[in-house]
Amino acid sequence: MSSALANHILGVAASGEKALGVFVTSGFPTPAETLSILNAIDEGGADFIELGMPFSDPLAEGLPIQHSSKVALKAGITMKQTLETARKFTAGSKTPLVLMGYANPIVKYGLSNFFRDARSSGVQGVILPDVLPEQDSPFLLAARENGVDLINLIAPTTPEERIRFIDSISTGFVYAVSVTGVTGSDLGSKKPIQTYLKRAAEILGHNPLLVGFGIRSHADVVEMAEHTQGAIVGSALVAVIDALWEDGSLSSLDRLKGVKSFVHELKYGISHG
Amino acid sequence: MSISHDLVQKLPDGNGRFGPYGGSYVPEILVPALQELVINFTQAWGDPTFQQAYHELLETYVGRPTALTFANRLTEELGGAKIYLKREDLCHTGAHKINNTIGQILLARRMGKTRIIAETGAGQHGVATATVCAKFGMPCIVYMGAEDMERQHLNVMRMKLLGAEVRPAVSGSQTLKDATNEAIRDWVTNVRDTFYIIGSVVGPHPYPMMVRTLHEVIGNEVKSQLKQAEGRSLPDALVACVGGGSNAMGLFGPFLGDSSVQMFGVEASGEGLDGLHAATLTLGEPGVLHGAMSYLLQDAEGQISLAHSISAGLDYPGVGPEHSYLKDTGRVSYLTASDSEAIMGVKLLSSTEGIIPALETAHAIAALPSLVTQFPKDAVLVVNCSGRGDKDMGTISNYV
Ligand SMILES: Cc1ncc(COP(=O)(O)O)c(C=O)c1O
Repeated sequence: MSSALANHILGVAASGEKALGVFVTSGFPTPAETLSILNAIDEGGADFIELGMPFSDPLAEGLPIQHSSKVALKAGITMKQTLETARKFTAGSKTPLVLMGYANPIVKYGLSNFFRDARSSGVQGVILPDVLPEQDSPFLLAARENGVDLINLIAPTTPEERIRFIDSISTGFVYAVSVTGVTGSDLGSKKPIQTYLKRAAEILGHNPLLVGFGIRSHADVVEMAEHTQGAIVGSALVAVIDALWEDGSLSSLDRLKGVKSFVHELKYGISHG
Repeated sequence: MSISHDLVQKLPDGNGRFGPYGGSYVPEILVPALQELVINFTQAWGDPTFQQAYHELLETYVGRPTALTFANRLTEELGGAKIYLKREDLCHTGAHKINNTIGQILLARRMGKTRIIAETGAGQHGVATATVCAKFGMPCIVYMGAEDMERQHLNVMRMKLLGAEVRPAVSGSQTLKDATNEAIRDWVTNVRDTFYIIGSVVGPHPYPMMVRTLHEVIGNEVKSQLKQAEGRSLPDALVACVGGGSNAMGLFGPFLGDSSVQMFGVEASGEGLDGLHAATLTLGEPGVLHGAMSYLLQDAEGQISLAHSISAGLDYPGVGPEHSYLKDTGRVSYLTASDSEAIMGVKLLSSTEGIIPALETAHAIAALPSLVTQFPKDAVLVVNCSGRGDKDMGTISNYV
């Protein structure tokens, strides 16, 4: 396993902790604040960060991330700005950064250009929930050529042999979608999710497994990651940011502190100044 | 009954590709459902029992075959090739859309699905879906842009009367594009028991192929009806409006291999090609929307642009992937008609033939004056009269 991201996640798991991935939308609430939000997430204790590249028609997103994408696009976020923010963040932190987004803005930017610029911005992996894993797909070839991990997803509906195939062509990690649904969905009963994750973890032979969608709290992380190397939180943080920035009584320092302490709580179960 | 011929001979390939277009760009959750759909549709289409049920409903419920009408006064007025109208406006519910919903609901039942969802723009596909759900006693949820619900209030009332639940899509631009996003999100969430009836030749594989196949009854009927009327089954040209492109593919599909038949698709240029429009093939660029690679209206960042047309059924920033392929290969020529030209088309067909067309259809009519004179007078053009104008009287009344 030559992926630095995979090794990093396995390293966290080997130390007895669960790897925590935290998602935030680039440009939300404003493009200028994204870098300091990334730094606050980092200080809070995230093991890696997913930076969302906003798209006008995000099929896999629930309301919080739809809303954050819309706000970011209205604020004029561009792919160049997102990559520039990534570059600045990775220049100052060792915490791995991955990009998450949808096919069309990448196609428009140009596949090789995108993966080349992602790489030179220090980005380690890319997650595209509407691009299906396919042997020698143009996305996969462009990612490999530039040494960027293309992280694929599995779902509760994915048959075992397909999980095996997805594992075989993914690098970085395999992203297990917790429930049939969009980001921020209710997890409902956790038992069937754990059964599915346990089975998936047994099948995987090449990559760490992380679970995401609908995970809101430290308790969720602990419970959902029982059979995985870690968990990913997105909508919950985006909703927290939304609330912090809506509150006119807070200074920008207060808001960033709020982000940091929410992430710290997710990771360690205790809040932190 | 000849069956499954075109599934093997024509595109898409096994990956659902029409050249570089089509494919499946969807969340992983849907992969097994789409594979199940490919297998079930292919089996059903080759099954005489399914064929019989489908054709029986088309005959006894939809009212097929629809007439092929020689438009003698329109032909005379325009002074060019002979114009025939394929009368999809005579279908039950007033448009071609029901050919597709009949086929898909039969498939849904065959697959044991218990819940139907659909997206709609103008409400025509929503009404056609609600209609077959009522006929088969199945629960039906139709996603419709909150703004379209206001613009097309009458169709909302029809859907409700038919027993469907109409859910407003409040995200994005609150039109067809967003209703489609919401329907896909519903499907992602309820994929195990839900069948998604898509309303045009768009979406991930196998929808573009399946919806085309279910509409090809249009072109197949034209072949035999023209033989009766003109003593030859091949016209010189075919004309249809293109929103997603289903009525056009239904007419064009059976003729694609007949190289003497020219084909013209007419897109909506709205306020004009330099203003707000829906001329996706004419001015768009390839990209990915709603599960497929196809021409799109998009900005420099790859964000989807808002479309505009006076006709809600053409007001969509995407188009079926097969049309993208047919454009690139030159097999079909794509023209445009503006909002005001469409109104002219409504008036022209109403006054010469006593047929009030839907605003969508009126775009195909509007292309005729300049088109028919490019052909000799004994040439034969068939225009798909995809729907009737009753639903549009509110809009049309502002112009008469
Ligand atoms: C009468 C009529 N014609 C055409 C269309 C456009 O759809 P398509 O391009 O799929 O035929 C619609 C869509 O609502 C319609 O109602």
